[in-house]
Amino acid sequence: MGALLAALGYDRWILHVLLVLPLVAVVPILLMPVAAAKRIALVATTLEFVLSLGLWWAVDTSSGTLQLTASVPWIPAWGISYAVGIDGISLTMVLLTTLLMPLCVLGSWTYITERERGYYAMLLTLITGVLGVFVATDLFLFYVFWEVMLIPMYFIIGIWGGKNRLYATIKFFVFTFAGSLLMLVAILALAWLVAGRTGILSFDYAHLLANAGAAGSLAPWLFAAFALAFAVKVPVFPLHTWLPDAHVEAPTAGSVLLAGVLLKMGTYGFLRFAVPFFPEVATSPWVTNLVLVLALIGIIYGALVAMVQPDMKKLVAYSSVAHLGFVMLGIWAATIQSIQGAILIMIGHGLATGALFFLVGMLYERRHTREIAAFGGIAKVVPVFSLLFTVVALASIGLPGLSGFVGEFLVLLGSFEAHPIATGIATTGVIFAAAYLLWMLQRLIYNPLDKPENATLRDLSARELVVLLPLVAGIVWLGLFPGPVLQRIEPAARRYIETVRGPMASLEMSQRIPGARP
Amino acid sequence: MMPLDVRTPLGAAMALLPEIALTLGSLVVLLLNAWRHRTAADSRMAGYVALASLVPSGLAVALLWTGGARPEGAPFMVALDGFRFAALGFILLATAATILLSLGYLEREGLIAPEYYALVLFAAIGMMFLVGAEDLIVLFLGLEVMSVAVYVLAGFNRGNVFSAEAALKYFLIGAFASAFLLYGIALVWGATGNTSLAAIGAGQTGGAALPVIGKIGLGLLLIGMGFKVASVPFHMWAPDVYDGAPTPVTGYMATGVKAAGFLALVRILTVAFPEAHEAWQPVVAGLAIATMVLGNLVALSQRSLKRMLAYSSIAHAGYLLTAVWAGSRLGTAATLLYLVAYGLTTLAAFGILGVLGRGGEREVTLDSIAGLARRRPWLAFAFAVCMLSLLGFPGTLGFVGKWAILASVVEARQLPLAVILVVTSLISAGYYLPVIMATYMREPGSADAHAEARLPRTAAAAVGVAIVLVLVFGVLPSAALSSAVATAGTMVQSIAGPLAGAGR
Repeated sequence: MGALLAALGYDRWILHVLLVLPLVAVVPILLMPVAAAKRIALVATTLEFVLSLGLWWAVDTSSGTLQLTASVPWIPAWGISYAVGIDGISLTMVLLTTLLMPLCVLGSWTYITERERGYYAMLLTLITGVLGVFVATDLFLFYVFWEVMLIPMYFIIGIWGGKNRLYATIKFFVFTFAGSLLMLVAILALAWLVAGRTGILSFDYAHLLANAGAAGSLAPWLFAAFALAFAVKVPVFPLHTWLPDAHVEAPTAGSVLLAGVLLKMGTYGFLRFAVPFFPEVATSPWVTNLVLVLALIGIIYGALVAMVQPDMKKLVAYSSVAHLGFVMLGIWAATIQSIQGAILIMIGHGLATGALFFLVGMLYERRHTREIAAFGGIAKVVPVFSLLFTVVALASIGLPGLSGFVGEFLVLLGSFEAHPIATGIATTGVIFAAAYLLWMLQRLIYNPLDKPENATLRDLSARELVVLLPLVAGIVWLGLFPGPVLQRIEPAARRYIETVRGPMASLEMSQRIPGARP
Repeated sequence: MMPLDVRTPLGAAMALLPEIALTLGSLVVLLLNAWRHRTAADSRMAGYVALASLVPSGLAVALLWTGGARPEGAPFMVALDGFRFAALGFILLATAATILLSLGYLEREGLIAPEYYALVLFAAIGMMFLVGAEDLIVLFLGLEVMSVAVYVLAGFNRGNVFSAEAALKYFLIGAFASAFLLYGIALVWGATGNTSLAAIGAGQTGGAALPVIGKIGLGLLLIGMGFKVASVPFHMWAPDVYDGAPTPVTGYMATGVKAAGFLALVRILTVAFPEAHEAWQPVVAGLAIATMVLGNLVALSQRSLKRMLAYSSIAHAGYLLTAVWAGSRLGTAATLLYLVAYGLTTLAAFGILGVLGRGGEREVTLDSIAGLARRRPWLAFAFAVCMLSLLGFPGTLGFVGKWAILASVVEARQLPLAVILVVTSLISAGYYLPVIMATYMREPGSADAHAEARLPRTAAAAVGVAIVLVLVFGVLPSAALSSAVATAGTMVQSIAGPLAGAGR
């Protein structure tokens, strides 16, 4: 495989093609008749996924540095370039994105019935924005992608959303915009401070990372600005209030992408930028305690609120708050296991929650309601649907053998030594997750069939199975064979820990904790 | 390089060639009006002649600029530097756009009076003197020529009571502002013995501080200019005047007049008073903060789109004041860049608003533009781009301008001011986004809504060019940024480049 890719010069063009292909596809989508436009969207996103698969082999698994880098001057006078690169962490996020996209197109096939061309154009623009965030290695470029991605999501919720969509979409936009504007000031300030020390004005990631010490006494403020932008996206309690609104109002594919990919941009931002730039601030006791407390509140509060939701979509939305709390815990514990676990949760949550949103959406298409109380006992009517729903929910709970388990286990294992009490409390979150998801399963699928309108539900169509089976396959694969993924994350995780704790730390870690790869 | 001996009549005439050319052009328009002033066709012809008369002036600017004209011999009352030429170019373009937007508008509103175009040209001549003035007396003359013409333009819709109110209000307040300015000039002259900006600046070097009376004069100058650019607390006139004036005139006031005021202000502060920056920087910072906060907050609660844009233009004056505050080469470049970004966007926005109104733009609210995207996708797209650019969203020129302002503030190590700027920008999302939401995310109010919302061909050309420029320079801003910095460098030599401040 490696030889084939090398022969194609894959390394040189793949990232650019991934960024440009969706935008190119937007043109025919807007011009063609609706039926053709939908097919073009499906072909383009599938092609995007197939092309991106090569990255799995192209990224060198022994190195934690950014690879496949390319840099073209964009605004040379200000040291701004179009610069991209990828490492183990962004690799997983890119593949998650490209996997979800064709499924989202297919999942919207009958759900979206008006202004389809605009819808698919927005979906494809969103791909470019999201992938750009994960591969940008210039902070200006990163910021542009970070913001530009807002617009398609804003329209997707605002045009194709539910009844309360206008409120939800402006709340989503304003929350995210608020955080990112302060990040913009921080990016500029950091670049200027670094320029003051080195004499080179540049927004290049490596340059800023190597000289971030120039921030000096401003470091806490700059960290706070970055952290706020990312915390809104994650979302960290108490900045999460936009999330349930946006999820409930968004069309199915919008919810899938929000939960599956957009939230990960926040945790990715912490891993890539906020913490490595200002490790002293991030690891100071004050910040650590604050993050741990907020992460724990997110885990417990998210789970408790999810438990009492009558609306399935809201339940899943709040469960995201809880899952992402685990990720934050893992990032701040900063051990090899906890980082690997955090990223694994990010992937697993993308697959499982994406699948849950698809399933809820499919139910909604049939009954036009998402109230849990409107269903009950549908296992006999729609056995395939019920089976898949059960598998996915169990994955979300963290049942061993499915995707959720490995990540949560690694996070708890890796965090225990550094923060035993916090880890202990977080463990209860796993139990709560079991409670709300199993309770929903019971009320939805297994109780007696007491509503006559449910007796005539159609089971999943072939198209819907095509949407769901890749996700379920991913869930099972990640649960049974997480090794290859972990192996690709490890060098980047090790490098992250070196940046945060100094070069010796990761060596010590691997000697002390049995089971870590040398 | 083209040295012009400004002591000779020929040299002086060459230095003033753009202004002279436009003055001749405006006289031609006026003469034409004397013979032909009855029908719509006459009015249209006056408009096209006015448009054509901008061309020689523009060529003269290009000649002087590319020739690298510089004064020789005695100091001259009008500057010969890239900053002036860039400013002249901007004013000519804004004037051209205004004429293009007016052509269809005046006919539709039944305002058949070809003097309109002569007045637009007179205002442009005043602006040209205002932005080129190297001397406080020329500055005052330019300001008055511009203002008197715009007073009339504001009240041009004689039958409309709001238009009359706008003209009267603008005239009275403008007279006050002129008085402040004149008194300030007198005090500065008393303190320094000079009205030449360069001589005033030179007098303060070597530790010779500006006397108190000079500082008071500077303060009065700031108040006078503050009125003209509608900075809080001197902004009270702006919403009513912007609201009442014919929409193309509002666009002209929000771009041309405001830009001319800012360009003159930058020149006064950086050429005549760079040494006194400790005296004026806190004042300008205070004005900037008050303007950003109040402009944005009040814009939030407006129902009429025209009034919303009026208040938002006050808010933008606040962002521009922030760039002026920096006082550096980068700050000056940011002012230029932001004025271009803001000018293009605002002209396009007012142009679009003009066709949405159908005789009553005061009544255009979010409800009346609901569902515009369904019926007029291109118009809605252009309007959405305007809103995003005014919001400062990446991918538009508005973002590049805001980025440059932020950079100039960060360069001067004033992070709190940068934070206030972005927080107030966030507030502006609260009134720009609902416009996009109304056009794209709501259904049209009635079956025949927006049937008549169609840009006339001339206006469509102006709006189209503006939108394309906003997007192209928004994505590829490199050329615009470097030329703005280079242009600013022709006037502000004190600071070498974007990096100079970082080492402080």
